[in-house]
Amino acid sequence: MRIKYLGEKIIEGFIYGSGWITTLVVVVIVVFLFREGSGLFNKKPLEEGYGIVINAENKVREITAQEIRQIFEKDITNWKELGGADEKIVVFSLSNIDKYFTEKDLGESFSLLPEKIKEFVQENKGVIAVFPEKYLATSLVHLEIAPISFWSFISGKDWYPTATPSPQLGVLAIILGTLWVSLGAMLFALPIGIGVAIYMAEIAEKRVRELLKPFIELLAGIPSVVFGFFGLVYIVPLLQNLFNLPVGETALAGSILLGIMALPTIITLSEDAIRSVPKELKEASFALGANHWQSIARVIVPYAKSGVISACILGIGRAIGETMAVLMVTGNAAVIPTSFLEPVRTITATIASELGEAQQGGIHYEALFLLGSILFIITFLINWIAELVTRKK
Amino acid sequence: MSLIQTKNLHLHYGNFHALKDVNIEIGRNEVVALIGPSGCGKSTYLRTLNRMNDLIDGTSIKGEIIIDGQNIYDKKLDVNELRKKVGMVFQKPTPFPKSIFENVAYGLRVNGIHKKAEVEETVEQSLKQAALWDEVKNDLKKSALALSGGQQQRLCIARTIAVKPEIILMDEPTSALDPLSTLQIEQLIEELRKTFTVVIVTHNMQQAYRISHKTAFFYLGELIEYADTKQLFENPQHERTKNYVQGKFG
Repeated sequence: MRIKYLGEKIIEGFIYGSGWITTLVVVVIVVFLFREGSGLFNKKPLEEGYGIVINAENKVREITAQEIRQIFEKDITNWKELGGADEKIVVFSLSNIDKYFTEKDLGESFSLLPEKIKEFVQENKGVIAVFPEKYLATSLVHLEIAPISFWSFISGKDWYPTATPSPQLGVLAIILGTLWVSLGAMLFALPIGIGVAIYMAEIAEKRVRELLKPFIELLAGIPSVVFGFFGLVYIVPLLQNLFNLPVGETALAGSILLGIMALPTIITLSEDAIRSVPKELKEASFALGANHWQSIARVIVPYAKSGVISACILGIGRAIGETMAVLMVTGNAAVIPTSFLEPVRTITATIASELGEAQQGGIHYEALFLLGSILFIITFLINWIAELVTRKK
Repeated sequence: MSLIQTKNLHLHYGNFHALKDVNIEIGRNEVVALIGPSGCGKSTYLRTLNRMNDLIDGTSIKGEIIIDGQNIYDKKLDVNELRKKVGMVFQKPTPFPKSIFENVAYGLRVNGIHKKAEVEETVEQSLKQAALWDEVKNDLKKSALALSGGQQQRLCIARTIAVKPEIILMDEPTSALDPLSTLQIEQLIEELRKTFTVVIVTHNMQQAYRISHKTAFFYLGELIEYADTKQLFENPQHERTKNYVQGKFG
């Protein structure tokens, strides 16, 4: 008797506790994600161990990562453009040191390098010298790099996380790429998904429905990497030939695959919603002389609206969070998408392909976590909107 | 000639013989009550009159139902036209998830009437006829789901009236309502019979007695007795009818 009672108590405790434990796990994951990601804003976007020095007369004291890139790519050639004096910029770093000094000048294993750098910087008013900190004399004037701001992270168009000397961490193209591929997937999956759901719930004979249903459920069980193979072998070449493209790995290929992957969610949940419309309501519509189509369009689907919308939202959720298939077929070029026939790069594909090579705790690593946080916020917003839409009813 | 003539009607659900050789004639502007114990076939019969049974798989029908001189089971007949002519009110109020106005306008819109003035006039008229207008005239845009049960049922009646049927079928229209709402619906039926022919299924014997001209008693799929209401209740010809109306079984 007592053991049975104890057993019941344990089960009761488990049931009571499980909801809280699940909530706790979610909170822990979210906190972990944001904590790792937010570390990015305390770091300077400069290769580790490096420093930048300038001539003592130079008035410029701080520049951004993007400006460094522009200087190295000769898009900025004068200090005037950075708010300094009218002086031509002279880039001086390990990669062009042979232009100014011979190997002999620098001595054995660069023993004379610190001295040479000091001389060079003092002589040239327009110099910007980027070297490992250990070669830079402490008396030289250092140029500070501005920490990455949230806004520059979100709105930056360049994603070169391993660029030297200053990694470029702008994720606009990646975020837009994600939204773009998902939008394409929805344009294609929503009409087909809802259409199939209506067909299965309202029009198909029982036999046809029982035949179709297992296939649609099977679609949900195919691993995404298999979808990726399928896309790579069939869809990518097909698109390449069809639109005469240089490469077939495009946003469209990703959209088609994601659309197919979102279909089972949309179909199954929408069908359940449509099927749960009370029989009386349908009959009431028929009894007023409405035909089947009118009843579907004006009574049945509107009644099932909130269920159908939440089905679509869950489908979108799956599409946005999907990784493997898009990684394999979208081409992964981090450029702002302008058409469906160009390669794009998504948040998930970026994280999956780059996390392995990013140094743990480094700036690239933290940028990837922040990308993950942004993905979380996007899906959270979508769920929230879905909630609002369904509650409005 | 009678408005509705039912001749030798048999109905099967799969193997189940639900209606056995039913013959009924219903005249214009009559109120006919269908009574009998649960599962006796009264609702099934009601639903043959607007072919609502078509929606149930495995239903087969033999015999004839002639409305306005036309066999409604004729293959050439447009079912949607029939259902416009033979409206139906259900047991549970079934307002659509739309505004009050749109609920009443629905039947017009699906039948191709879109002129704003005409729709508005018909909606107002129908709501007045269903004795609901005064209660909702300021809230026409509100969701019909916010109305009380009795109001919803009157809305469903207004919705049925709006398509201007000749016949209104009612399937236990008051069984889900409180006594006051029931009274209102009964008074409404009194009014409706001036314009329409009403066939009503009811479990409530007093209700059948109060509102109908004629009553049909069904038992196990057979029409046992069909007569003037007063006669059927006060002087039933069959033993079964007598037992049922006197409350000895049911």
